Amino acid sequence: MSALIEVRKLSRTYRLGEITVHALKGVSLDIRQGEFVAIMGPSGSGKSTFLNLLGCLDVADTGSYRLNGETVTGLQAEALAGIRNRHMGFVFQSFNLLPRSSAQENVELPLVYARVPAAERRRRAREKLALVGLAERAQHRPAQLSGGQQQRVAIARALVNEPPLILADEPTGALDTRTSQELMDLFSRLNGAGITIVLVTHEPDIAAYARRILVFRDGELVEDRPLPARPTDPETQP
Amino acid sequence: MNLSDAGLSALRSLRANKLRSALTTLGIIIGVGAVITMLAVGEGAGRLVAEQLKSLGSNTLVIFPGTVTSSGVRLGAGSRNTLTENDAQAIREETPGVLAVAPALRGTGQLVYGNLNWSSVIYGIDADYLPARDWSIARGRGFDASELRGGDKVALVGQTVADMLFGGTDPTGQTMRVKNVPFTIVGLLAPKGQNFMGQDQDDVVLIPLNTARGRIIGQAQGRLRSVGHINVKMRDGTDTREAEASIRELLRQRHRLAPDKEDDFNIRNLSEIVAAEQAASTALSALLAAIASVSLLVGGIGIMNIMLVSVTERTREIGIRMAVGARPRDILAQFLAEAIILSLIGAIAGLALGLGGSMALEKWAGWSIVIRLDAVLLAVAAASTVGIFFGWYPARKAARMAPIDALRYD
Repeated sequence: MSALIEVRKLSRTYRLGEITVHALKGVSLDIRQGEFVAIMGPSGSGKSTFLNLLGCLDVADTGSYRLNGETVTGLQAEALAGIRNRHMGFVFQSFNLLPRSSAQENVELPLVYARVPAAERRRRAREKLALVGLAERAQHRPAQLSGGQQQRVAIARALVNEPPLILADEPTGALDTRTSQELMDLFSRLNGAGITIVLVTHEPDIAAYARRILVFRDGELVEDRPLPARPTDPETQP
Repeated sequence: MNLSDAGLSALRSLRANKLRSALTTLGIIIGVGAVITMLAVGEGAGRLVAEQLKSLGSNTLVIFPGTVTSSGVRLGAGSRNTLTENDAQAIREETPGVLAVAPALRGTGQLVYGNLNWSSVIYGIDADYLPARDWSIARGRGFDASELRGGDKVALVGQTVADMLFGGTDPTGQTMRVKNVPFTIVGLLAPKGQNFMGQDQDDVVLIPLNTARGRIIGQAQGRLRSVGHINVKMRDGTDTREAEASIRELLRQRHRLAPDKEDDFNIRNLSEIVAAEQAASTALSALLAAIASVSLLVGGIGIMNIMLVSVTERTREIGIRMAVGARPRDILAQFLAEAIILSLIGAIAGLALGLGGSMALEKWAGWSIVIRLDAVLLAVAAASTVGIFFGWYPARKAARMAPIDALRYD
C-alpha cells in the first residue's frame, strides 16, 4: 500500500522582526492510508507547524510534500483550497465553527465550496450529524451546544466531503476528561472505518488511542514508534 | 460557492449588523437621492430656459437703427431712423436662407376700453411679423392683406392687455381706443410669457404698420418708409452668423457707407443669446450633478470603511472558510456581494428619495423639475459601480489572507 502522505526534508522558518525562528528543520516521513498517528512534543517543538503544513494551511520554505501521489509543493492558493476541500478535514482545539450558523449549516460549509447542490448538501450534512450522534441538534447554533457537541459538529464537518484524511490539532484541549474519551472513541471508530487520522496532542492519554507516535523536539522528528492496540473498554483507563 | 450562496451569505451577515448596514447604506441613499434630485432640477431649469428662449424666436436676428453723433455727442440707439421698409425688402430678396423679414415700428400709448385704461407697448407690423416671432393667434384672426395695405384701424392684443382691459372676457370684436383712436380688436395673441430679461411679452398691442406710421406712432424725422427695427427669421439649420454678415454687407451697400465709416445700424443675433443661455443652463446642470456625485463618492468611501472593519472583524471566519476549502475567489465574491448589496439597497432607497424629493420640490417650492429615465439609470448604475469599486479593495484584502494567519487571528 502506497503512502498517503510523503514528506521529504520539510522546513519552515518564520521571521519575527530581527529573529528568524526555525520552526521545522527538514522533517521526512511517510504516513500510509488508514494509520492513526499522534504527534507529540513540547510547545514550540514544531508539531503544530508540521500539522499546518500537512493541512495546506501553511506553505513550507523548502522540502517536498506529496499527498495521495500528487505533489502539493508549489501549488497556488486556489489549488491548495481545492486540496483542503477534497482530501482532508480539520478538527481544531477551539472548534472553529461559524457562530451565526446552525450545526447543519456549519457541516454543509465544505460542500458549499465543493459546489454541491443545496438539497444534496442538506442530505449529506444530516447523515454526518447522525453519525456523530447529533441528528437532534442540527438546527442549534454553536453557542447552544456543549463543547463536546461542538467538537462533534466539527468532526461531522470534517467528514462531510468524504476525505481520506482527518487532521486534528489538540482536539480535546478544551474538553473535560470524559468528553475527551468519548471523542477519542469516535476518532477510533472513524479510523476503524479506514480514515487516516493525524492528531497533535501533548496528553499521553490521548496519544494512547493512536497506533503510531511521532515525537517532535526543536523542529525535528526525534522519535517515531508504533503503539500497541489499546484495551477496548475506556473505563479501565486511569 | 455560487452566486446565490454568496448573495445569501452576504444578506445574512448584513442582517447580523442591521444598524451598521443601515447607516452605511444611508451614504449611498443620500448620494443617489441627491444625484437624481439635482439632475431633475438641472433638467427642469434647462427646459425652462429653453422654453423662454423659444418664445423670443430662435434663428432670429433683430436689426436696430444705429447711433448718430451730433457735435461729438453720441445720441444712442435709434436716434436716427436709418432703416426702411425698402431695406427689409432688400434683405428678403437678397439674403439666402431668410424665412421672414418683418419691419416694425414700436411705440407706447394709453389704451382705453369702457372705464378701464392701460398703458402698453404698440407695434406696427406687417404680414411677416407673427411668423418671424413664432407667434400664433389664440382667438380670432390675424390681419388680412387689405387691412395691412390700407392702414385699417384693427388690432391684435396680448394676453396681459386682454386681462387688464377686458377682465378675461373675449376681447375679439370689441372696440378700444388707442391714443384716442378707436380700433377694432380682431384677434387675441397666444400667451408668450416673460422674456429672459423679465419683460412681459404679452403686454402688447399689434396694429398694421401703415396705420401705426400714419396715426399712432408717427415719425419725428419724417422719412417716409422708415421703420423702428427689422426682425429677420432664418430657416432652421442656417448659420445665423453668416446671415448676419451678409445682411451687414447688404445694408452697408444700401446705405452707401464708406469702408472707414461705422455701421449706422446694429444687428442683434438672438441665436447667440440662446446658445449662451443654453450653455449656461447645461453648465448649471453639470455643476449640480457634480456636487451630488461627491456625496455618492463619500457614500462609497463609507462602504469601503465599513467593509474593511468587517473584514478585520471576521478574519477568523475567513480562516475557517478557507480551511474547509474556500478559494480566494470565493472569499472575494462573498465580500464583494456584501458591498454590492449594500449599494443596490442604497440605490433603490435613494431612487425613492430622489423621486420623492424632486416631486416635493416641484409641489412645495414650485421648482420646475424634469425626471429623465436616463438620469435615473445613470444614478443607479453609478451607485453599483461605487459598490464594486469601493468593495473591491476590502474583498481582495480578505481573499489574500494566508489561511493559517486568518485562523490564528484573535
